[in-house]
Amino acid sequence: MSRNPYAADATDADDAVVRFDDVSMRYGRAPETLRDLTFSLPQGSFHFVTGPSGAGKTSLLKLIYLAAQPSKGLLHLFGQNVAQAPLDVRPFLRRRIGVVFQEFRLLDHMSAFDNAAVPLRIAGAKPDSYRQDVAELLTWVGLKDRMHALPPTLAGGEKQRLAIARAVVGRPDILLADEPTGNVDHEMGLRILRLFLELNRLGTTVLIATHDQDLVARSGKPILHLEDGRLVHMGPVPQGFGG
Amino acid sequence: MTDIATSAALKPPARPLGQWIFDVLLWGGIAIVLALSFGPAEIEKFPRLFSGSDNMREFGRAFINPDFDLLPFFISQMWLTIQMAMWGTALAVFIAVPLGLLGARNIAPPAIQWPVRRVMDILRSVPDLVIGMVFVVAVGLGPFAGVMALALNTGGVLGKLFSEAVESIDKGPVEGVRATGAHKLQEIAWGVVPQVAPLWTSYALYRFESNSRAATILGLIGAGGIGQILFDSLNSFNYSRVAAIALVIVVAVTLIDILSQAIRSRLI
Ligand SMILES: Nc1ncnc2c1ncn2[C@@H]1O[C@H](COP(=O)(O)OP(=O)(O)OP(=O)(O)O)[C@@H](O)[C@H]1O
Ligand SMILES: [Mg+2]
Repeated sequence: MSRNPYAADATDADDAVVRFDDVSMRYGRAPETLRDLTFSLPQGSFHFVTGPSGAGKTSLLKLIYLAAQPSKGLLHLFGQNVAQAPLDVRPFLRRRIGVVFQEFRLLDHMSAFDNAAVPLRIAGAKPDSYRQDVAELLTWVGLKDRMHALPPTLAGGEKQRLAIARAVVGRPDILLADEPTGNVDHEMGLRILRLFLELNRLGTTVLIATHDQDLVARSGKPILHLEDGRLVHMGPVPQGFGG
Repeated sequence: MTDIATSAALKPPARPLGQWIFDVLLWGGIAIVLALSFGPAEIEKFPRLFSGSDNMREFGRAFINPDFDLLPFFISQMWLTIQMAMWGTALAVFIAVPLGLLGARNIAPPAIQWPVRRVMDILRSVPDLVIGMVFVVAVGLGPFAGVMALALNTGGVLGKLFSEAVESIDKGPVEGVRATGAHKLQEIAWGVVPQVAPLWTSYALYRFESNSRAATILGLIGAGGIGQILFDSLNSFNYSRVAAIALVIVVAVTLIDILSQAIRSRLI
């Protein structure tokens, strides 16, 4: 198996795992979707990204999981300037980041179990080494009986939980989740929040884009609030916010 | 009152003058070209089809009495033709998979995609009969020349179809795999190929159907198989034998079509 040359250690000079310096981003020739963002996420922090639909929450996450590039400014991941990261090291940076997509993006031709194991197989792990862990994780998210089902046969909430399992299975340094409670009931939403908090306690830096004010309030975690592509507030939820 | 209303409603919208002139020039041009080609294409011979030329009558009589004496031989030659079609299609798929991936806009950068597309265009545009004749000269008479002709021509056709299939995939799963840290080849193997596999298989089967017809024709230029026997029988005016061979071909090709369609309808 190939060792990840960008595994946590040498490159983490300062303790901000994500740092935006005056970053803007645009799709093609359209006007800027994100404007002049400056903030950093310390190692082990937990934030929500909030803001109205179209404010740029998904776009912000895309920058971090390297599916888009800044049109201006500097973006550092794990202390490394991503603009200077050669194309062939990007996969190694991505292996340290778990992503839960708003639209799941599962592989329809493989079982739930195999989907959850994708990050481990991509990283070169042998099936024997992870079978137990993956099964336990799927049991934990309530998919014990659906392990051999194909994604098209799963309900929306089941897909969402599978997407979450895939994102966390590799114990990523950063967990990004886009509307992770959009398709599940209140009960499951809280369960998912607890999973994220637990991972965070173990050291994972967590960033969750959401419309779910209740989730934000319950967690007591700070927010990055976007409006029209600008960061208008970072910190604890202000009094009477969003209400 | 209602009369005027309905007739106005039924009238097609007025067309701009430029469009109208274009139509006149186009259809007028086609009519003139057809008229000028009447002589060279010998269209005046049309009545001969019906005016009982001796050849036609003899032909017709022989066709009602097909000569099946050599049936086992015809069947073995038909099988040879089908084997040519199978290998031609298999090699074509081998060519078309890399071409199809590298020619797809959502996979390859323009600098690779453009030359790959030109290669596919060239492969597609040269008729297999022409490629076949070149290979007959290069590797000698026989099925291998036919196999290569089918492989190259079909390789171009399938490459184009494969590319289009790749361009119409859902990019979600590919982005999902990429975000887990996959390399380009892993993205293709995990995210792209599983999505296009049923369509690719269906296209390949469809081309196998048409290749089993094309392989018959390739016999005419010396590529062996049933086509060559057909050609030899025609040249020796043995029309009863021609009739038997034609029947063997029709039955075989029909069976292949039915089988392949049954498989394809299960794929997608
Ligand atoms: N692939 C794309 N190409 C062009 N424009 C895009 C693309 N994706 C998003 N946009 C535009 O960028 C802006 C921000 O979109 P984004 O998806 O980041 O918003 P969001 O805050 O995640 O919204 P939502 O809450 O609805 O998910 C929107 O105006 C959107 O139309
Ligand atoms: Mg979004």
